Amino acid sequence: MTGLILAHTRHQMLEQLRVPIGLIASAFFPSVSMLVFAVPFTGDDAAAATRATASMMLIGAMSAALIGLSVTIAQDRELPWNPYVRTLPAGPLPRFAGRILTTLAIMFLAVIPVLVIAALLTEATITVPRLLLGLVALAVGAVPFMLMGLFLGFLLPSKGAVAVSQIAFFPLAIVGGLMLPLQFMPEFVQTLSLFFPARGSGELMWWAVTGAAPHPAALAALAVWTAASAVLAVWAYRRDEGRRFS
Amino acid sequence: MTALARTVEVTRRYGEALALDRVSLDIGAGEVVGLLGPNGAGKSTLINLFVGLRRPTSGTVELLGGSPSDPVVRRGIGVTPQETGLPEALRVGEIVDFVTSHFPEPLGRSELLGRFGLTDLARRQVGGLSGGQKRRLAVALAFAGNPRLVFLDEPTTGLDVEARLTLWDGIRAFHDDGGTVVLTSHYLEEVEALAKRVVVVAQGRVLADDTVRAVREMAGVHRVSFVADPVSELPELPGVLAHTVEDGRVRLVTGDADRLVVSLVRSGVAFSGLEVRPTSLEEAFLALTASAVASPS
Repeated sequence: MTGLILAHTRHQMLEQLRVPIGLIASAFFPSVSMLVFAVPFTGDDAAAATRATASMMLIGAMSAALIGLSVTIAQDRELPWNPYVRTLPAGPLPRFAGRILTTLAIMFLAVIPVLVIAALLTEATITVPRLLLGLVALAVGAVPFMLMGLFLGFLLPSKGAVAVSQIAFFPLAIVGGLMLPLQFMPEFVQTLSLFFPARGSGELMWWAVTGAAPHPAALAALAVWTAASAVLAVWAYRRDEGRRFS
Repeated sequence: MTALARTVEVTRRYGEALALDRVSLDIGAGEVVGLLGPNGAGKSTLINLFVGLRRPTSGTVELLGGSPSDPVVRRGIGVTPQETGLPEALRVGEIVDFVTSHFPEPLGRSELLGRFGLTDLARRQVGGLSGGQKRRLAVALAFAGNPRLVFLDEPTTGLDVEARLTLWDGIRAFHDDGGTVVLTSHYLEEVEALAKRVVVVAQGRVLADDTVRAVREMAGVHRVSFVADPVSELPELPGVLAHTVEDGRVRLVTGDADRLVVSLVRSGVAFSGLEVRPTSLEEAFLALTASAVASPS
């Protein structure tokens, strides 16, 4: 089974890296946001710079999970290669695991430019254990967005997935306080923010890299979003299977 | 003869449309079976049921003594779908390795590529291959896992003559080693080149299941039509398989057009607008079923 998971992951990684549009898109947004929103404004405030870097890493992960995954799945479903792979002697797990591992790998690749910009152009500082903790928080915080990506990918045709995932992405990132720090936003946005998943994932990230205590309500909301997205993702997957393969 | 794959009274509907209607078919070990029929006949649906992509609405499908939906059972088969849409970004060798990794005792990469004339392409990206090269690779992949049974859905569509012959050689070599093949085609000559047994499918039903030779004789069927005046005086003509009259025009299907026309002339009935044309295999079988339904004997 491990061998098959590796084979599927390798197969999908090769596709992603040979036509690296998804990887470039996932790396581009956070790098540009970093240069526009973080570098000029954090000045010599090391804590603010570190926090902003963590936010931008999360933006990259969200892009890979929400936009990248949904579009890849929606496109795959339209290709005859997909039913062919289903005739091979493997259940759904290797292909599914391959998708998740590939998305994780792209997430980690996409944050490298952000880390480089942070190191060269800002006062952001971090210890190695906190950086590792931050990468773990990144993976955990991206889970609801991966599930949303799965949901959209199995529900929509590829053009629909491109549109809906991008439309969903920006408001989620902004209301989560990832583009601009929340203290610059109106008070009602700060309150609203607590109920959206990017805020909870952000709290996790900031906690991991700076040690700032996370807001419990935001974490609770994150858990609810994760559970709800999981239910929707499973529903969309089964619906798609039932339509095309029953 | 042991059956490697079998359908028993299988019916498959897509919503209101009936794709297969109570089809029972046994695929014996070592056979090469050609599924022949027009587009929409149900050939691909039948293949999809055998390889586990679809489940029957009713009836049972058995594959290598188990169920096609069991991945372990599918280790014994290889598949070439009608369209493969091979991933363009990958190299030929990478795709072969990916498919091969699913099987316990696969063919070696170089042996597989050699058998299908693809050795020189191993390092090429699929996106840069010609349509014929892609098709050859798609067919080769069916054999990658060293299967006992392969399902090839229109394997040579879009190939030039030379590529077709290379492919036929590959399929024959597999059969000579004891492999079993189920292939679909529109073309009688393709089935004739490879298969001994032909199953003709149309409108979701098996119309004939016989040797290539027997089916070819059935396919030597002609349509004869003319306007007779009056129709009622027309005598019984020999060798008529199907008979309809529309707006005074008599339409006959026959296995021996020459004898029929001679009898028609000798009968002395006035006729005009005589047309004799060969039917396609599909038409012949449709005509045969129409008459079978109209006059069960």
